[in-house]
Amino acid sequence: MESKKDHEMWRRGNREGSELFKKWFENLDAAAEAGEVGAYVFVMGSLTEILNTFDLPIIFPEITSLNTAIRHEAADLLNEAEDHGYSPDICGYVKSDYAVQNRDGQHPMGKLPKPGLALLTNACNTYLKWGEIWERMFETPLFTIDVPGTREKGTQTWPGDEQFEREKRYVRAQIDELIETCEKITGQKFDINKLRETLEYSNRMSAAWKQILEFNKASPSVFNALTDGTAYLGVNNIMRGTKEGAEYFERLLEEKKWMHDNGIGIVEEEKHRLAFIGVPCYPIFREFNNLFSDWGGVFVTSTYLWFASGGNNLGFQYDLENPLDSLAEVTLIHVRDAMDSMFHPEQIIYDNMEEYGLEGVVYHPIKSCRTSSTGLADNRRALMEATELPSLFIESDMMDKRVISIAPMKNRIDAFFEGIEMRKAAKLQEAN
Amino acid sequence: MIFTAGVDVGSTQTKAVIIDENLKIVGRSLNDTGANVLVAAETAFVSALEDSELEKEQIKYVIGTGYGRYKVTFGDDQVTEISCHGRGAVHMFPNTKTVIDMGGQDTKAIAVTDKGEIRDFCMNDKCAAGTGRFLGAASAALDIPLAELGPTALKSTRPVRISTTCTVFAETEILSWLGKGKKIEDILMGVHQSISARSIGLLRRVGIEEEVTFTGGVARNLGMVHVLNENMGIEMNVSEESHYMGALGGALFAMDRARISSGVVM
Repeated sequence: MESKKDHEMWRRGNREGSELFKKWFENLDAAAEAGEVGAYVFVMGSLTEILNTFDLPIIFPEITSLNTAIRHEAADLLNEAEDHGYSPDICGYVKSDYAVQNRDGQHPMGKLPKPGLALLTNACNTYLKWGEIWERMFETPLFTIDVPGTREKGTQTWPGDEQFEREKRYVRAQIDELIETCEKITGQKFDINKLRETLEYSNRMSAAWKQILEFNKASPSVFNALTDGTAYLGVNNIMRGTKEGAEYFERLLEEKKWMHDNGIGIVEEEKHRLAFIGVPCYPIFREFNNLFSDWGGVFVTSTYLWFASGGNNLGFQYDLENPLDSLAEVTLIHVRDAMDSMFHPEQIIYDNMEEYGLEGVVYHPIKSCRTSSTGLADNRRALMEATELPSLFIESDMMDKRVISIAPMKNRIDAFFEGIEMRKAAKLQEAN
Repeated sequence: MIFTAGVDVGSTQTKAVIIDENLKIVGRSLNDTGANVLVAAETAFVSALEDSELEKEQIKYVIGTGYGRYKVTFGDDQVTEISCHGRGAVHMFPNTKTVIDMGGQDTKAIAVTDKGEIRDFCMNDKCAAGTGRFLGAASAALDIPLAELGPTALKSTRPVRISTTCTVFAETEILSWLGKGKKIEDILMGVHQSISARSIGLLRRVGIEEEVTFTGGVARNLGMVHVLNENMGIEMNVSEESHYMGALGGALFAMDRARISSGVVM
């Protein structure tokens, strides 16, 4: 009998994602060698759909930086930035990118084109300061899209509401300005039909991504949200609004459906279904996950897959008849949702804990990202008051191995699982 | 009669406890951990066997705990010291809701259920200030044995304020106070107050709910017990066995498993 691991479908998305990433870095390398400049964008509101219409190479500096950490090559870059005066306390992504730019764009995966345009949103307060570094180094034009967020938890407005429509007009006006800026930089005229085409690819991608995320509500889970999910998320960002991206996610959906229909789980024995809150620990990416999987723990969902996909998890569909208004509307909803996923994860966990069959929540604040980490301790407390769901709070970093101590981390994780198993055993005993 | 053991290999000292099936301690031992963790674990276990006048073969199950738990290679399984201190504390003081375990390199605040299950825990992160190591630094700087730190501190009338939060810099600060002519007992009380403030900060993160039980090696320090009690406004439980609480918890977990494997209904 054929083993699941011999089947063509098994982990196909991981293999194909890896190929797409390789190709993406090769293309950026070729563009850099040809002296082209690129558009630098961020995961929380990249608006790549607009940039695609101008054929600009797109660079996600957050993704370049995290890749340096995964490949264990971040330490030198961080040291170099700190030698140049950047504090150990600030965002590790910024410091790694600064050192890469200082090395003429050379990074472990190739070379980056210089930033010819930086497109930022207000979803992260570091984005603007980061853009200002490129402005100083290369006189890069900065374009900031200011997206109104949720004023207070649970007060979101929606299409048709007066406030929403007003805010949508505000975002739309900024998109119009962005188009003018891109026309000036590239010398190309904006083509609305090209935008429709790229929006259609995004629609296909979003629809598939939403379904893939929801497959993990069933047991066994069809992917690990921390490891596999992060790989899919990367493709979700870099291939957004492209034919390859749409096809990748539709094939990934096919893989997950195959697993789901055949009762195939991503791990042999799924003992504990967990949610992950925060940004992964990239310097020890696999090892970190192993500390959980050794206990049969599987991350079935993660707020990272929501906020770092820029809200693409919601599956909203652009109205191709009215592309610019629709882009403004979805940008407003997406970026706002990304911020909500970062700042109010307890609400999302509370709303989804039963559907996902969660047995525990892992809060992972990171030292060098205050935007995503501030408030997580209070947030956890709020969750503990509202539910009896066990939770773990472990701090490390997304880039800096110097602040990661594996032995104490393992100790905490082991104690977390011991607690879950003791309570599970006690409940079982009570039931008998 | 079933006997089980817990071997707690800590960063500074290794403890072993043997219990019988009535959950009474029949043997215990303590030695410095040193550089060879495996030898430390074996030495502690053998000494506890001698203390209990039992043979190795009579011990049905052994649990390793503490940072060196995976080096208890002669043991049957491992459990973290977080779970073990919680279990040991609830065994000794059944109304325990909160445990403060102060060891050589870390301090843990543990919230437990009435069954000894861990509800939440919190510990010092990347810094040993607020742990036994801070007292070790004071002991070295002032050339006073560890056992005399507490009683000396209790003689203080005007404690100084130790502002540093770093174990390494503590020594410099202590010397600076000595240079200013401050009394040793006042400096030492400042050290105890500094540790207390950090520990209570940890406890608050899991919630200080009475009864609070103080475990770990530092619980033998009467000055520390006094300062913590005073600052929290409560009277903590402190057992004669507080230093052995992790090993005791390990032995209790070992007894659960020994009973299951013997078919004893719990």
